[in-house]
Amino acid sequence: MILAGMTWWGTAAAGALEEALPGLADRAFPAKQQAVQALAATGDSRALPILEALLAGDLYTREAADPPLVLARPSAAGLRLSDPLTGVDLGEVERATVKKIPLNNALRTALRGGIAALTLSSPDPAVRSRAAKDLMRDPSPESVTALRARLEQEQDAAVRTTLVLAVAVADLRVGTPEARLAAVATLEGSLYPEARNGLTTLIANETDADVKAAAERALTAIDARLTWNARAETLFFGLSLGSVLVLAAIGLAITFGVMGVINMAHGELMMLGAYTTYLVQQALPGWVDYSLFVAIPAAFIVSGLFGIAIERTVIRFLYGRPLETLLATFGISLILQQLVRTTISAQNVAVENPSWMSGSLQINPALALTYNRLYILAFALLVFVALLLILKRTALGLQVRAVSQNRAMARAMGVRSARVDALTFGLGAGIAGVAGVALSQLTNVGPNMGQAYIIDSFMVVVFGGVGNLWGTLIGGMTLGVANKFMEPWAGAVLAKILVLVFIILFIQKRPRGLFPQRGRAADG
Amino acid sequence: MRKRDLIKRLVLGSGLALGLSAVLPATAADDTIKVGVLHSLSGTMAISETTLKDTVLMLVEEQNKKGGLLGKKLEAVVVDPASNWPLFAEKARELIAKDKVAAVFGCWTSVSRKSVLPVFEELNGLLFYPVQYEGEESSKNVFYTGAAPNQQAIPAVDYLMNDLGVKRWVLAGTDYVYPRTTNKILEAYLKQKGVAAEDIMINYTPFGHSDWQSIVADIKKFGGAGKKTAVVSTINGDANVPFYKELGNQGVSAEDIPVVAFSVGEEELSGIDTKPLVGHLAAWNYFMSVDTPENAAFIKQWHAFIKDPKRVTNDPMEAHKIGFDLWVKAVEKAGSTATDKVVKAIVGLETPNLTGGIAKMLPNHHITKPVLIGEIQDDGQFAVVWQTEGTVPGDAWSDFLPGSKDLEGDWTAPINCGNYNTKTKTCLGSAAK
Repeated sequence: MILAGMTWWGTAAAGALEEALPGLADRAFPAKQQAVQALAATGDSRALPILEALLAGDLYTREAADPPLVLARPSAAGLRLSDPLTGVDLGEVERATVKKIPLNNALRTALRGGIAALTLSSPDPAVRSRAAKDLMRDPSPESVTALRARLEQEQDAAVRTTLVLAVAVADLRVGTPEARLAAVATLEGSLYPEARNGLTTLIANETDADVKAAAERALTAIDARLTWNARAETLFFGLSLGSVLVLAAIGLAITFGVMGVINMAHGELMMLGAYTTYLVQQALPGWVDYSLFVAIPAAFIVSGLFGIAIERTVIRFLYGRPLETLLATFGISLILQQLVRTTISAQNVAVENPSWMSGSLQINPALALTYNRLYILAFALLVFVALLLILKRTALGLQVRAVSQNRAMARAMGVRSARVDALTFGLGAGIAGVAGVALSQLTNVGPNMGQAYIIDSFMVVVFGGVGNLWGTLIGGMTLGVANKFMEPWAGAVLAKILVLVFIILFIQKRPRGLFPQRGRAADG
Repeated sequence: MRKRDLIKRLVLGSGLALGLSAVLPATAADDTIKVGVLHSLSGTMAISETTLKDTVLMLVEEQNKKGGLLGKKLEAVVVDPASNWPLFAEKARELIAKDKVAAVFGCWTSVSRKSVLPVFEELNGLLFYPVQYEGEESSKNVFYTGAAPNQQAIPAVDYLMNDLGVKRWVLAGTDYVYPRTTNKILEAYLKQKGVAAEDIMINYTPFGHSDWQSIVADIKKFGGAGKKTAVVSTINGDANVPFYKELGNQGVSAEDIPVVAFSVGEEELSGIDTKPLVGHLAAWNYFMSVDTPENAAFIKQWHAFIKDPKRVTNDPMEAHKIGFDLWVKAVEKAGSTATDKVVKAIVGLETPNLTGGIAKMLPNHHITKPVLIGEIQDDGQFAVVWQTEGTVPGDAWSDFLPGSKDLEGDWTAPINCGNYNTKTKTCLGSAAK
């Protein structure tokens, strides 16, 4: 019955589509918004791809040609045009000859609403579910009617849940007192932000005492559940900050921890890794999703080679003279920064996130863990394990440990200590490069990016215990979590200061950090 | 031995010759007018300031093509204060005392401006400062061609309040003088408009902050109170990128919680992946996307000068262009580059800006500017969604702070004072700075 009604209405409104379409090319945003609403109201199946193209930024206008409104997709020569109504191909043009229709937020909201109204009865349950969620954001009497109608026919359980919720949220705003009371009951314990939003608005405006009391009870229940979510979220934030600290510090744990070299250019080695990611992305356009897998070994090699070069040309002459090393490596850090500034650009460069690292993993409606942080957490652990295996299980690792424990004895046993020094430093530098790849996904890539991490890295290594990889892992994670738990009440600036004060006090008590190296080696 | 001596002498000799040849043009340069360029070309601020150096060089070149100024050629003297605030003061002194420049175009951060201010006042130099700033200052020797708070922050808040119906406010900024003063003004303004204290959240982060997880989670929570929420961001420069990324990753879209930024322009966007930023707002007095013949000509000129058609133009560049035009006009009117004559001549002069209006130098050394709100598009440009009718005169002393309500700057006779108290009719002088 309803379906029949809709098709009848659709054919009757066929002329309305052609009538509303030119409005999209209007320069004024309100006129465009009206056109969008008119298009959505036609219910015409041809309206949906047009609205979707507009939202995606594929709809262009052109002058002195018919039709003035065209659909454009990138092609070799620039853009390939087609008629949005008929789909007829209109040939290729240069980018400058057509103008993209600009959007604003009000228009985007109207578009999402319009698309949702048109896709509410889509055959794909995921699309229906998204449509219901979009309609929940800004409920209007028409959308409530549509939602109710859909709910009557809906078979899919997941979509039904969303629909029930959407109807309840809408009822809170526009329903009768009985409907509002029922809606409050439905929303009790729901973690959707829209549910909480709706309830707070209701409490502020409600005149009916019963409804108000029920809403307040529901809100308290929601808040109690949200508190636990917030704690889990903070823990995740802390671990993720910790993983960044560990990644930044773990290369330093090799160069400073094992070799005892104060390398102020460590941050710049990370910066080189991040720039390698950028260059790899530039060299492989269109492969953003996979470029990271090339960038990780490339960054390791680039930063590693720079590290070996630094060790061979500067640091090897300065072993046992920490102050000179500090100054020399600081100089190197400035040289590397200026090198990047002059060869690439003083501007930050754009490193794109692969699509699988954007967005978040929805645990429940109120708790979402962002993918980029999750992957970087896993990646930090992976790098840690790999480094541990290299040091404990390989010949190089054995030699590194031998040289760091007793250089003279190792040399007497036939270890080429100079070569081992260079390789160890290269390994630490290479790991810094790999950390740079991870950082390029989180923060800006620019010539100065390394400086932000050098202090943190030293802090983690000193706190965890010089010369101990486990110390670096535990130290980094502890500092990350402590920082994030303090941040809500202390603020970002004060939290950082408090952590620093804590470490200074801690070092007074335990000068060798969390996991001091024991035995004779520690005194050497 | 002899051979080595000879080489030494040769080297010395050629060195001397080189030195002489370097001195010669300088002595012959008396018939040029020197213009100082005081922008960081290295260090943190190089990102933003290098472009401004190029802009001034372009304007100087353009003026020379037109025949120079007062029959003399202009000559740009470029120094690099390297993002180091005390070095700004040293370089400013060098420019005025040693190079004897007629005017200086420079500075970006407020702290660099505060650092050079005493030098300009002591040596009676001229500084054209092109960046939006926190106000609360008016010096005889400085021309503020960027926006004062009433030309950027206040209209942006008005737009959010009236057009988007925002009821709850997050004031997020980097922890230094510009955001702190601006937020103080905004907080006073919002409270005056009847916004309750619990509907305002203020947050400061360190320079270059990159871990925005908990702050974005807080903003999300703050926005979940059933009232339309917006973020007014005075977050500086590149710390914005991870901030917007985190907003995108945590699913906060511009339709839910729009962010209006005062420090994000085309130049900053050109270095980043703009997908997560689409729909967020920025308030400026100029956008590259503004469709006027003046702007098209300026963009064309810039691309020809920089030899790269992909480079963008931005608000501080327009400010330098306006400042330069006004200075040229003032020098022509005064018939001299002497500081006092230029200061006297420049007030009241007008020049067209790039958005189809007129920029006029006011007695408080600020200029009139239109205010535009733009939404970030996926190509890194802004689509203008709102703009003031006509231009807004820059107000040096905010009307919303108790200490500066009654103050005004007026560098014309008979007042001649940067902080004149209109109630007590006295000039506070340098004591109030």
